[in-house]
Amino acid sequence: MTAPAEAVITVKDLVKKFGSFTANDHLSFEVYRGEIFGFLGANGAGKTTAIRILCGLSVPTSGYIRVAGFDAFTEAEKIKKHIGYMSQRFSLYEDLTVFENIRLFGGIYGISRKAIRERAEELLETLQMQAVRDTLIGRLPLGWRQKLAFSVAVFHRPGIVFLDEPTGGVDPITRKQFWEMIHASAADGITVFVTTHYMDEAEYCDRISIMAEGRIIALDTPAALKKQYHASSINEVFTRIARNA
Amino acid sequence: MEDISIQICGIGKSWGKVRALHDIRLEIGKGELFGLIGPDGAGKTTLIRILASLLLPGSGTASVEGYDVVKDYRKIRDITAYMPGRFSLYQDLTVAENLSFFATIFGTTLKENYHLIRDIYVQLEAFSNRPAGKLSGGMKQKLALCCALIHQPQVLLLDEPTTGVDAISRAEFWEMLRRLKTQGITILVSTAYMDEAALCDRIALIQEGSILKTDIPSAIPGDYPRRLYAISAKQMYRLLKDLQQMPAVFTAYLSGQHIHFSLNPDFPEPGLIAMLLEKSGHEGIQIREVVPGIEDSFIALMKGESV
Repeated sequence: MTAPAEAVITVKDLVKKFGSFTANDHLSFEVYRGEIFGFLGANGAGKTTAIRILCGLSVPTSGYIRVAGFDAFTEAEKIKKHIGYMSQRFSLYEDLTVFENIRLFGGIYGISRKAIRERAEELLETLQMQAVRDTLIGRLPLGWRQKLAFSVAVFHRPGIVFLDEPTGGVDPITRKQFWEMIHASAADGITVFVTTHYMDEAEYCDRISIMAEGRIIALDTPAALKKQYHASSINEVFTRIARNA
Repeated sequence: MEDISIQICGIGKSWGKVRALHDIRLEIGKGELFGLIGPDGAGKTTLIRILASLLLPGSGTASVEGYDVVKDYRKIRDITAYMPGRFSLYQDLTVAENLSFFATIFGTTLKENYHLIRDIYVQLEAFSNRPAGKLSGGMKQKLALCCALIHQPQVLLLDEPTTGVDAISRAEFWEMLRRLKTQGITILVSTAYMDEAALCDRIALIQEGSILKTDIPSAIPGDYPRRLYAISAKQMYRLLKDLQQMPAVFTAYLSGQHIHFSLNPDFPEPGLIAMLLEKSGHEGIQIREVVPGIEDSFIALMKGESV
């Protein structure tokens, strides 16, 4: 990261209620340009609710939330255009080919046909996937799909990309390569906002926040959190926080 | 041999041209908590389904508690419990209904075998009238384990029971497995997550249908072929790229907050690396030797090195 940190996500006192249930209870944090930010919490801690708001898919009850320069209350549509999103559960259409998927997502984000073609060739070359350009996604190994899904999520060159549990089940070499791609994007200035259940992945992040019962309990660099909680791993930090919640 | 619970002799299985399993050989002792560690597509599910008598092996033989998985399939189904990777209980039946359903299928009752599942079921009892589909991920896993245990199996076959479950529920799940082990149940559990390897008595690393190595988890890093170092500096991504370009560096990859790297045999000391990196403008370089983890060993094995 270079000189003064510029906030690309600003959240102040974010509250989201469903009836009498408070899913997000006064969340406040900032995420900086080019940062890899890990967003952790046990099932039911309120992560998904918060992410949906940050992606412009859900309206907060109260608070001040700006994402990529836009207001979460009034400019949700603009937020959607300026972010990328990838989830492990669904990211690409299995019955479309590699190129068709790229063209579809490029089109959805309003990129011109010519630009799509150019960028697609570039992308396929970087991923060394020219040979499978016209292969159905469903026929590709999981690791390839994940790399491609990430590339498609940043194809429209968003300032922020949200990765929702991105790396289940791939072999360690593929997983390392995937995190290398994430680091490369961050080095290019794309902010990466990532959720995961796997605490060893949390260690790849520049900073992480840990949620429990709708609140952020801890937020710092992995090294600082381990020091603060006298723990040898983020897993230990997480377990202590989630069990005390 | 009396103390062998699961014996696998040269099991192979192909789907058309795709070789899912190749010459798998394993012996798992009675009461052992054995981990099958490998990525998606490694063949874990195929192997477990063969042991559960749900799939015929293409070649080789396997036995569970002395019973052949092909010939004695009825017996196999009595003495084993199989928990598939996908949640396979009835989503529209309640917690209690699912349990009594599985108990009935195996000719027993919840009452008769309650002692087997008590520890786990107490955590579910408050939700006994909730449809299984409305439980959280961790709760579903607990219920599935209860349903698997209700007929007092001698062998538990668990296919990725912790995938997609949060860290706390996963820790609890492993604690449950350790407790079951004390009752003498043999447990074969598969996982794609290397960090769970340490929780098993013994593990087999599996990749592309073949077993790379079998050992106790603490022994595997000891056989790592080179010295391994962890390095960090201010600009981590640039550091990674620079390391990967250096002729002296054998391998370099991200590992949490550090980069793990090892050196080619002609370069025994990492001091030179630090000097070179400093010269090319890196700041805050820190290098220390580290004990390789299961993941490091797995990577070396995948690259065809003998570990």
